[in-house]
Amino acid sequence: MGQIRFLLNNTPVTLTDPTPDATLLDWLRETKRLTGTKEGCNEGDCGACTVTVSALEDDTLTHRALNACILFLPQLHGKAIRTVEGVAAPDGTLHPVQEAMVTHHGSQCGFCTPGFVMSLYTAHRDGRQDFDDVLAGNLCRCTGYAPIIRAAKTSANAPTPDWEQDETDALRALESPEDIALEGAFLPANLDSLATWYAANPDATLVAGATDVGLWVTKALRSPRPLAFLHRLRDHQRIVTDDTGITIGGGVTLSRLRGLMTTLHPDFAELIRRYGSVQVRNAATIGGNIANGSPIGDGPPALIALGATLTLRHGPTRRTMPLEEFFLDYGHQDRAPGEFVESIHIPTQPDRLRCHKLSKRFDQDISAVCGCFNITVEEGQVTQARIAFGGMAGIPKRAKRVEGALIGNPWTLETIQATLPAFAEDFTPLSDMRASAQYRLKATQNMLLRTFHEDQGTPTRLVGKGAA
Amino acid sequence: MTTHKPHPHDSAPLHVTGAARYTDDVPLPPGTLHLAFGTSPVAAGTLTTLDLNAVRAAPGVLDVLTAADLPHANDVSPSPVPEPLLATGTVHYIGQPLFLVVADSHLNARKAARLAQIEIAETEPVLSIEDALKAGTTLEPPLTFQHGDPAPAIASAPRQISGRIEIGGQEHFYLEGQSAFAIPGEGGEVTVHSSTQHPTEIQHKVAQALGLPYAQVHSQVRRMGGGFGGKESQGNALAIACALAAQKHQRPAKMRYDRDDDFIITGKRHDFRIDYTVGTDDQGRIRGIEFTQYCRCGWSNDLSLPVADRAMLHADNTYYFPHVKIESHRLRTNTQSATAFRGFGGPQGMVGIERVMDHIAHTLGQDPVEIRQKNLYGPAPRNVTPYHMTVEDNIAPALIDRLAQTADYTDRKSKIAAWNAQSPILKRGLALTPVKFGISFTLTHLNQAGALVHIYSDGSIHLNHGGTEMGQGLNTKVAQVAAQVFQRPLSAVKITATDTGKVPNTSATAASSGSDLNGMACKAACDTIRTRLVDFAAQHWQTDAAKIQFTPDGVQIGTETIAFKDLIAAAYMHRISLSATGFYATPKINWDRRAGRGRPFLYFAYGAAITEVTIDTLTGEYRIDRADILHDVGNSLNPALDIGQIEGGYVQGVGWLTTEELVWDAQGALKTHAPSTYKIPATSDRPRIFNVALWEGENAEATIYRSKAVGEPPLMLGISAHMALSDAVAQTGDGTAYPNLDAPATPERILRAVNAQQGQPW
Repeated sequence: MGQIRFLLNNTPVTLTDPTPDATLLDWLRETKRLTGTKEGCNEGDCGACTVTVSALEDDTLTHRALNACILFLPQLHGKAIRTVEGVAAPDGTLHPVQEAMVTHHGSQCGFCTPGFVMSLYTAHRDGRQDFDDVLAGNLCRCTGYAPIIRAAKTSANAPTPDWEQDETDALRALESPEDIALEGAFLPANLDSLATWYAANPDATLVAGATDVGLWVTKALRSPRPLAFLHRLRDHQRIVTDDTGITIGGGVTLSRLRGLMTTLHPDFAELIRRYGSVQVRNAATIGGNIANGSPIGDGPPALIALGATLTLRHGPTRRTMPLEEFFLDYGHQDRAPGEFVESIHIPTQPDRLRCHKLSKRFDQDISAVCGCFNITVEEGQVTQARIAFGGMAGIPKRAKRVEGALIGNPWTLETIQATLPAFAEDFTPLSDMRASAQYRLKATQNMLLRTFHEDQGTPTRLVGKGAA
Repeated sequence: MTTHKPHPHDSAPLHVTGAARYTDDVPLPPGTLHLAFGTSPVAAGTLTTLDLNAVRAAPGVLDVLTAADLPHANDVSPSPVPEPLLATGTVHYIGQPLFLVVADSHLNARKAARLAQIEIAETEPVLSIEDALKAGTTLEPPLTFQHGDPAPAIASAPRQISGRIEIGGQEHFYLEGQSAFAIPGEGGEVTVHSSTQHPTEIQHKVAQALGLPYAQVHSQVRRMGGGFGGKESQGNALAIACALAAQKHQRPAKMRYDRDDDFIITGKRHDFRIDYTVGTDDQGRIRGIEFTQYCRCGWSNDLSLPVADRAMLHADNTYYFPHVKIESHRLRTNTQSATAFRGFGGPQGMVGIERVMDHIAHTLGQDPVEIRQKNLYGPAPRNVTPYHMTVEDNIAPALIDRLAQTADYTDRKSKIAAWNAQSPILKRGLALTPVKFGISFTLTHLNQAGALVHIYSDGSIHLNHGGTEMGQGLNTKVAQVAAQVFQRPLSAVKITATDTGKVPNTSATAASSGSDLNGMACKAACDTIRTRLVDFAAQHWQTDAAKIQFTPDGVQIGTETIAFKDLIAAAYMHRISLSATGFYATPKINWDRRAGRGRPFLYFAYGAAITEVTIDTLTGEYRIDRADILHDVGNSLNPALDIGQIEGGYVQGVGWLTTEELVWDAQGALKTHAPSTYKIPATSDRPRIFNVALWEGENAEATIYRSKAVGEPPLMLGISAHMALSDAVAQTGDGTAYPNLDAPATPERILRAVNAQQGQPW
């Protein structure tokens, strides 16, 4: 018998052996009768179920917007959850973001509104004002977003309400250094515990952010057991820099990775800005993005282009390989039972990375194609090239013929044009609901052209840094 | 004045605190049953085996129903042509409900629904417009509207242009999925709560399914989390299923679709193919035009015939055709039954003629706005529509002029040309498109509404009407009308759930008619009570009725002013009825759809938008840089709510024509069935600069306080974005080829069109 403990709208909650894949959303709505948090899609895309999850990260109180529909109850252990019912003052006085949403007509049907309120509330606590990004994970079908942005801007600088409580002390009181064993689930306290347990339970399913496993449960209606929850592994969430480069723990979220890349490889950071949404990036980990082997994950193409290596761990044993060698075939990775992604290493290098993510919609859309170019030009000649794509094969894959056609040639439009046919040698993409094979191939070639034109100073971008 | 003020939505404080209750939020007692449909994995064929043993044996399952178990009508159809709730042998599309699982939880019902052993003798499915034309599957023979004699007019015109545009459908993506619950009552009665735009139809269909008179079924809806037409008929199945289970097991029963099920089971906007041939003079003025509209209706009638009619009725938009023929084909396919969606066919018809205007302008090398202006409706004889209605309220010419001026159309057009000349990769485009949308249900008898108003003895006002609240602020507007009549603050009017027990025989809240119809009905009810109060006060205080005024400070009776509540208390003591019904039937309208003649609309709502875009010619990606809108809502009942409809409608219209792509595979399975694969606009997709203004002018017709309907018309402002994208594409070649951009203009379609312009088609 095991227990998890968390705060719900400032009130401590203890659950004994909760169903390990029960979602926070269902628990709020069905057990707690807190129906302000809505189910819009049950897959983490619409944001109607957004809640604020506060935790101590490196002993600092941080607030993250998360989708309750793909957040399992064990993931809440040690955290403070706030729902839309817990934002206004006890006497009913509205929080500034709520007040602004009323006065600026930010709600029409009102169904998405609790999610918007929670994203804005979280941003207000963090002082974030990049509202297009803050709200990229909240869909509204009524307003066209204009009044919501007006409300966001109006309330952005409102002072913190006097009823808002700091959760630091309450969260400290929830901390415990021990592993937790629940019926059907294990919550290790550190990497060694995980490694030992997983080696003994190689059929288990590891849950880091649950942005993928969540859908196995809510959409495929699977009930994987046992589950191991990795969110308590602080030693899995470390980022260590040394002379050789930077080592990123598999449990580092995309949100944190984005912050890290802002200075090291800004175009990777811009790619991550468009990876999922705030809610997804706050949950998803780079280890999960790699381990699930998706051919359309946006992390691997950039990391492969950067020459990253991957360290896998099984019990006490570790092995390291170039990341691209991890992906063997569609749905098949070089990972033994009981082995997990411990860390990723990016070697130190000058920033030359250019990332191009193509999708029907700019924000929160899975890539039709994601292309990452790491091309070194010295004295007008291409001396090195690492180019990798997602969405062009069954796995994230390097464009080795394209690289070969560039290396040793002058960095000119003529070389680029001569290289374009090599894409069809590297790739035979599929047609699906995201794009046709023809578009994928054409757009991929054009990504190389775009990389060249951009290098020449020609404006080519519609979004992100340098957008026209 | 309470009307014409920007009051916030009455539920806004409840929305922002999570306290607003939707159907799935209503607490139900323990023991409530939860339902799910098992659906067809095959698009066309005959059901040969439906083995439900594993379903029945699944955890938590209490019952499983098939068509054979239904005691009365097996019909969810809003039209006279029946549509089965559960398949009766023939399978019509992937996602069609075959059986109904009754379980102890939502999750158990969903899990069990996947366990059936289903065998279907498959036949070749009819999926596309092409397939349907080949197979000859239609809902009815083609319908034609004609005015004049277009063929010779086109043939003799100096210029002939013809083309085709394919226009995709659209998923409603109301944030609240379909949901309903039913509570069994005594003596066979049942109460149904559902997320529906049409509680009366729910009442009727449930009664038919249970073999009850309508009076024994009570249907309610407090609010929807969005409707957009998707809850006009598509909620019938859930409500009927709940009522059947509740009645059979004498327990409350509830059903909601998971989002993927919602996409796969329910209907969407109709996709269209429109062929056109137009003859113009050398200045681009239309002499004659012919449209052929092909409308993909899906597997059943549903609302497709009136949708296809409305597409024909909007093939003219704001333009006069001396000679015109519009032919409409209503094609049946093995896909979800296409249904009502904001605009109801009007948007597709309008896209057709806006495409023609652009095509003429491109061919003649003239400015597209000038071509549009030359072809606008005008004084007689240039004021007769293809369906022989005279346009009496035309403000399009003045409205377009004003918008072009305030948004600097001409100046920006030349600046964009200069910018494009120095930008090799990124190109900009600009377009203005107008809107003229007909207001009234084309099925004339639907243009009626009722309201019920009570004033309680403390002076508080209880308002009920037949319209439903789906976010548009209808309740707020109608409450403003009641507050206006009695000169009371809006807070004195209590808005209540739509309820067939209070106002009977209502029409769907659709066709933008909500505030026009229900506002008038509410006013009629309030006026009845007001007249009684005035008559009473005149007698009681011995004064002339003309000297009694309702004011915000109270009721003036001669020289005295008394509080409203005191008047009410006195009226009560003197046994004056303080409750009244109100009724309204739209005047002047008549329509013969077969003949294509009449006055289907009381009036038109107008608007225009100018959109500026930038495209990336290497990837086909694009951004909407700016939108300027001038829209006509008459004398606005509530400018804030109206602007909300305009902003939201524009963005929804842009979504339809840009990123929202529905993709079916070769077997007829919808591959874009969740927000992960179907992309409605996100926050950053709104125009970077977004200017919306209301046209100043009242409705020429005597509508409620001379306002105009606003629900649907602004969606069609989004057509300007598609035309702007086309304009940007046209900047990438030598200018000889017309881009022929289909919709939705996904990045892939844009890149394909750009490469075609550049002479490198693929």
